[in-house]
Formats: sequence, C-alpha cells, structure tokens
Amino acid sequence: MEYEAVIGLEVHAQLLTGSKIFCNCSAAFGAEPNTHTCPVCTGMPGSLPVLNRKAVEFAIKLALATDSHVAPLSLFARKNYFYPDLPKGYQISQYELPLAVQGSVEIPSADGGKKRIGITRIHMEEDAGKLFHDEAKPFSYVDFNRTGVPLLEIVSEPDLRTPQEAADYLRVLRAILQYLEICDGNMEEGSFRCDANVSLRPVGSKTLGTRTEVKNMNSFRHVERALAYEIERQNEVLESGGAVVQETRLWDPQKGITEAMRGKEEAHDYRYFPDPDLVPLAIDAQWIEEIRKGLPELPLQRKERFIQAYQIPEYDAGVITASKALADYYEECVRLFPEPKQVANWIMGDLLRLLKEDEKEVEESPLSPQHLAGMLGLMKDGTISGKIAKTVFEEMYKTGKGAQEIVKEQGLVQITDEEALTKPIDEVLQNNPNEVAAYKGGKDKLFGFFVGQVMKATQGKANPQLVNQILKKKLS
Amino acid sequence: MKVEIGEVEHVARLARLKLSEDEKELFTGQLNAILDYMEKLNELDTGSIEPTFHVVSHQSVMREDAAKESQPQEAALDNAPDKAQGCFRVPKII
Repeated sequence: MEYEAVIGLEVHAQLLTGSKIFCNCSAAFGAEPNTHTCPVCTGMPGSLPVLNRKAVEFAIKLALATDSHVAPLSLFARKNYFYPDLPKGYQISQYELPLAVQGSVEIPSADGGKKRIGITRIHMEEDAGKLFHDEAKPFSYVDFNRTGVPLLEIVSEPDLRTPQEAADYLRVLRAILQYLEICDGNMEEGSFRCDANVSLRPVGSKTLGTRTEVKNMNSFRHVERALAYEIERQNEVLESGGAVVQETRLWDPQKGITEAMRGKEEAHDYRYFPDPDLVPLAIDAQWIEEIRKGLPELPLQRKERFIQAYQIPEYDAGVITASKALADYYEECVRLFPEPKQVANWIMGDLLRLLKEDEKEVEESPLSPQHLAGMLGLMKDGTISGKIAKTVFEEMYKTGKGAQEIVKEQGLVQITDEEALTKPIDEVLQNNPNEVAAYKGGKDKLFGFFVGQVMKATQGKANPQLVNQILKKKLS
Repeated sequence: MKVEIGEVEHVARLARLKLSEDEKELFTGQLNAILDYMEKLNELDTGSIEPTFHVVSHQSVMREDAAKESQPQEAALDNAPDKAQGCFRVPKII
C-alpha cells in the first residue's frame, strides 16, 4: 500500500524580553549558572508570579503576523510533572483558553505555488532550567537561569506532508519571528526549538494513523533528516504488517536514527489546572489595534516590495527576504550600488555559497555591503574584469580587506591598453600556428580558444572586449 | 464507587507520594465523597452563568519588563542538599 506522511510541528520560541515572564530576573543567555534566579522563578513558598507585559505584547505581535485570533480572555495553567530542571514541580503554561488560535502561514509548495499551513494555537509559557550531564560521574548539574524565560509555543495543524515542507514552514515561521524582532531564532543555542508529530496513512484516507513524537532536532537539516528517517521507519513497520506504537522518540544525529525514549508511560498525564497565583488575562481590542499599527514590514510584504521596487525576479526576492538579516544586507548593498539585479546575483551566488561552506550566518559575514559595493564599482568603471572580480570577492571574504586594496596589492587592474595587449596576443598566435591555420581554414569555433589563451597569459586581467577586437583584426 | 484504589495509586505515583494500604483506603473514600459532592453541584443548571476562573475579580495584572538584580548564587544554592560548580547536583538523569 502507498502511504502519505502527516506531520504537525510544535515550535518553542524564546522571547527577547529583558526580564523573565513572571519575575524581574534577567532573561539574558550565557551568565554564570544560578545567578539569574529569585524566590519566584525557583518556586519558593509564599512568592507570587506577576506577568511581564512585554511578553504578552510579543505574543500578540506573532498572533497578528500569523492571522491568528487573539483570545479576549486567556488563562494560565499549571502543567504538573517532576524533573530536575523544573524547580516548582510544575510549569506555568496555558491549556484551556490559550492566547491565540486559528492562524496560518504561507509556505512555497512543491509545484512552485503556495500552500497555507494552519496554526492551531499560540500560547505563552515559561522555560525550564538547563541540565548538564557529567561524562565520567553519575551526576547531572542544574542551572536555573533559564527557568522562567518567556516562551511562545506555536502548534501547527497536521498540514505538512514532507520533511521539506516541515523545514520550509520552520523557515517561514522563524523569519516572521525575526522580522518582528521578538526571537533571535537560533536553533543551535535553543532559542528556536521544534518537536514533530509524525504519522502515516494510506494515500486518500482521511483518518490519522498512530503518531510518534520526534524530539531533539536542533537544525533545519536535522529536522529534514529526522523526519525522513521516521517516515521511512513507520513505512517499514506498516509494510511488514506491524503497528506503529505511540511514543516519544529522540533523534540521534550521530547515528542518523530516531530511538524510543525509555519508560515515560506516565509522562503525558500532566493534570493541568488553572494557576491560582495568576489572574485571567483580558486583552482589549484597543491594545491589539495599537500593536497592529506598530507591526513592522513582514517577509511576504518585503518580498512584494523587492519585486516592485528593485525589479528582481520573484525567486530572487524570495531567497533574499527569507532572512531579515540577508534582506537588510541586500538593501544596504543596493543603496551603495544601485544595480539591484547584479547585487542579487552576487549575494545569492557567491556570498551565500561562501557562507554556507563556512556554516556562517549573514550577520557573521566577513564581507560587508561596503566591500561588495566597492568591488562592483571597480567592475563598473572597468578597473577590473568580471573574472578578476570573482578572485577579488573571495579575497575580500578571506582577508576582510577592501576591493581597492586587493586590486592594488596584487596588481589585478584590468589591461585596457591596446598596446599592452598586443604582445601577449602575438605570443599566443605564434605559439599556436596549427590553430591559427585551422581557424583561417574556417574553424570559427577556435576563436574562443585564442581568447582563453590570452586571458590565461594575462592572469585574467585583459579586458575581454578589447582582446576580441584585437584578435579579430589580427586573424582576418 | 467512582474512584478505585488503582486510580489513587496512580495519582499518588504522579505526585511522588508513598501511601500505606490504610491511607489508600482512606483517600479512596475521601475522594469519592468529594466527587459525590461535585455531582450534587452538577444538579444545578449553570448554563447562563459565566465560568469563574478565579476567586478574585482582578484581570490582567502585569508589570513592566525591567530586569533587576537577582539573588546571589550562594543564596540560590543555600538549601541545596548537594551542589557543585555553581549548580545543583542531582543523580544523573539521562
């Protein structure tokens, strides 16, 4: 039988507030362990949580940016379980009456069109602490700095069908969070995390099969690989007449497999109930409207604007606006060197390739918009050829030096002087008498060979138009 | 009887409570008495009444997002039965 995969994602996004969600401790990452705690976030008796207004504002921003319906009244609930990273014995979350429901985002579909992915709910909750495990000794260490840092949990509808769609959905969602400047979206550091619910059903069927929950995927690539593995695994189970067991499975990136988590059969019995320490959250329409008015340009709007304003193809605009940092980089380059398509080509080709090789984000690029604009300027005024530009580009990336400096240091200035080119051209013709004879005998294709030889002899510095002209003259 | 002894054992396990056989009997009886009382309340028609989510009538109590000084690490770890490297130390849990 042929099966199709049904995937739903649960994303946790850490909010960029200054303080924690229910107390005034700093929410900053990277401090000495247990230096950002207080009686509230460690659950000491008699302490009371008070909600952070900015965390709510950020949650409403995301709700509006994903066309979700903001609940006029929402509630905080206690999710009860025991684990060493949870000092209170419960996590404050939302269960009934979450902050927002029924949203959606748009992702590219396989046929080149668009597909809407539903968002079931967006709710607010507090993060747990962080655990470190001793390699040698039978101990784990607990740091509560992260305990109480605000999170949004974003639950998608089971609308995703392939690992590719899942990764696309995550990219779109992350871009929205970054455009809103409410989450830095760093998957490796855990400020943007994702769990997946995966099941298989016969193609055409409307009922859902038994699902597994896959955890521990901390990059887009791991999400794709883990889901591909899990779909294949379930397929084999079903094909051999077996049944999928509902369970939580951990992705092991080293082994490239998912494995069942041990003994957590009671883990899903969380006994939620409304938190008596927190009063209901009523959000009035006026606050929502104020936030809506203040929303920044979002990825899709920016993409449309790029297509209109810069006259670049939809594909280019999509690639560039997929990341806020990349779109900012692009606009700065175009401001400095107003040839939008040329700038797009260099960024999408050379820059993204070098960044990918180094596994760097555009924010960490050693090559700034000033670098790129400077090089394009030298190309435009004829100082360097397009071929040399490639060399200069890589050199700028490697050394952080400016284009002008590199051209000067390495003597890469384009030869545009007819006299200076005559000598190397004559040499090429003298060294290749057979080709010259063949060309004169009608083998026109050899012209490119001569141009290539001259470029080689001049280390790519010759102006190609001029080489063409002189060669034509000499060979006629 | 609505609650059986097995359910009491399950809830006790989730709450990390160790109950004696006598206590299990006792709590099973008490929980059922509470549930019976709830049944009594369910006889009332509350269809036209707004649910009460909280006993006080305040709503939307919020504070500004301002990070302030936290307690020192020593204070955070003061009551820890075991600590090392600025952290609470627990039996390995992976």
